Amino acid sequence: MIRLDHVGKTYRTRRGDQVHALEDIDLEVGDAEFVTLVGASGCGKSTLLKVVAGLTPPTRGSVRLRDAVVREPCPDVGFVFQQPVLLPWRSVLDNVLFSVEMLGLDVKPYRKPAGDLLDLTGLAGFETKYPRELSGGMQQRVAICRALLPGPSLLLMDEPFGALDAMTREEMSLELLRIWDERRTTILFVTHSIPEAILLADRVVVMTPRPGRIARVLAVDLPRPRTMELEFDPRFKAASDAVRSLIFAGRATTR
Amino acid sequence: MTARRAMAEYAVPAVTLLGALVAWELAIRIFRVPSFIMPAPSAILVEGWEWRYRFIGHTWVTLYETLGGFALSIAVGVPLAVLIVYSPALSRALYPLIVLTQSVPKIAIAPVLLLVLGHGEIPKVIVAFLVAFFPVVVDTASGLAATPPELLDLSRSYRASAFKTFLKVRLPMAMPFVFAGAKVAITLSVIGAVVGEFVGSDQGLGYVILSATSYWKTELAFSSMILLSVMAIALFAAVSLVERLVCPWLTPAGEE
Repeated sequence: MIRLDHVGKTYRTRRGDQVHALEDIDLEVGDAEFVTLVGASGCGKSTLLKVVAGLTPPTRGSVRLRDAVVREPCPDVGFVFQQPVLLPWRSVLDNVLFSVEMLGLDVKPYRKPAGDLLDLTGLAGFETKYPRELSGGMQQRVAICRALLPGPSLLLMDEPFGALDAMTREEMSLELLRIWDERRTTILFVTHSIPEAILLADRVVVMTPRPGRIARVLAVDLPRPRTMELEFDPRFKAASDAVRSLIFAGRATTR
Repeated sequence: MTARRAMAEYAVPAVTLLGALVAWELAIRIFRVPSFIMPAPSAILVEGWEWRYRFIGHTWVTLYETLGGFALSIAVGVPLAVLIVYSPALSRALYPLIVLTQSVPKIAIAPVLLLVLGHGEIPKVIVAFLVAFFPVVVDTASGLAATPPELLDLSRSYRASAFKTFLKVRLPMAMPFVFAGAKVAITLSVIGAVVGEFVGSDQGLGYVILSATSYWKTELAFSSMILLSVMAIALFAAVSLVERLVCPWLTPAGEE
């Protein structure tokens, strides 16, 4: 699905300093795989996501999406941000249809699928509400529906649950897994929560900052469907210890 | 409960206003203040009533100048803000000019404008425009610049054109800011029109105030002033109403 070869990204700050946001990133993500990127802030996870999305070109290396080199945003990719960034003047349904509209497609045939997606995410009955009338978790669900509506084969999520409270966050994680299970979309998911990274993923990519590199890729050996109870599984603890030690090891060397 | 809330909302300010008027009237009568210094509210009312037919024409002229200046400030201000936000080069070129027009006192420009454009309504419309367009430009520009970067990334990820992004995302996002600027602009337009009339005119409420004071007809000046503020309040309310119709998502549900 996605293949990154020696991807590097350097940019200059206003003062002229060079920042190595990404260095020598090699990563392959398979079809329908759920991969999480975890690391401390400033390790380039969000930059990596933007590079994969084609929103920022890499300075070195290449990104391929189904063997085609990514040079500009691809309509087959959906994006979800930390903030829902809905349009306050549009109803929930019209917000979901926004993606299709901006892609320049005919909106009409998407009305029914949009309603189905809202049903799937527990938002049935909220179609005509304004975003303001919804809770943070519901708004983020709308944003996910918006990204899913055109039927992307790849979903890029940049800390999508980062702004939610802990309980809503757990609920949303399980819901996302359910949607993923049903739709079989490849997901690349950025988070700074280690438990979230393990709970969701087939593989966890651990990144370290300055320069942003991949420290290691860990396969998560836990049965699906995942539940919150798995957090007490010794394998879960082993995985989170491994991730934690990689993140902190990276910190120790930079100091 | 609702009756009590309505009381608090309307009755209290109404009673306060009425009390102030009664105190004013009594003070003028008790201390026998000459009417050319400070007329009593009753005298203002009587004078205003006598002038009622003549006032229609003068009010119409001032209203016309105000609305002309306001319309011009929106028609010029909004596109100017778009140019400033989309083109850094134009922004650098235009901003100093715009700030320059604001740093010159409008009362100082008015006589020159009247000299060049002559008497009549057009110079007043232009003075009103010059006073009013600045907040429209500044507020619209900051509204357009306030689009969340994620939303712009999202539009880009769908490969939407810049024009489509402007039309479907940035402009509607800026609407509350445009209206904030328009509300300031409408009140400033009234001031601009009156300033224009002060400098040289033979009609309009500003002209009535000026000529009334030069003949010591303070009651007439006061009733003119009251008409002017009623007009300004009504215009402001009209802009607020349009805002509610254009941006219904800003009005909280159940607070119609």
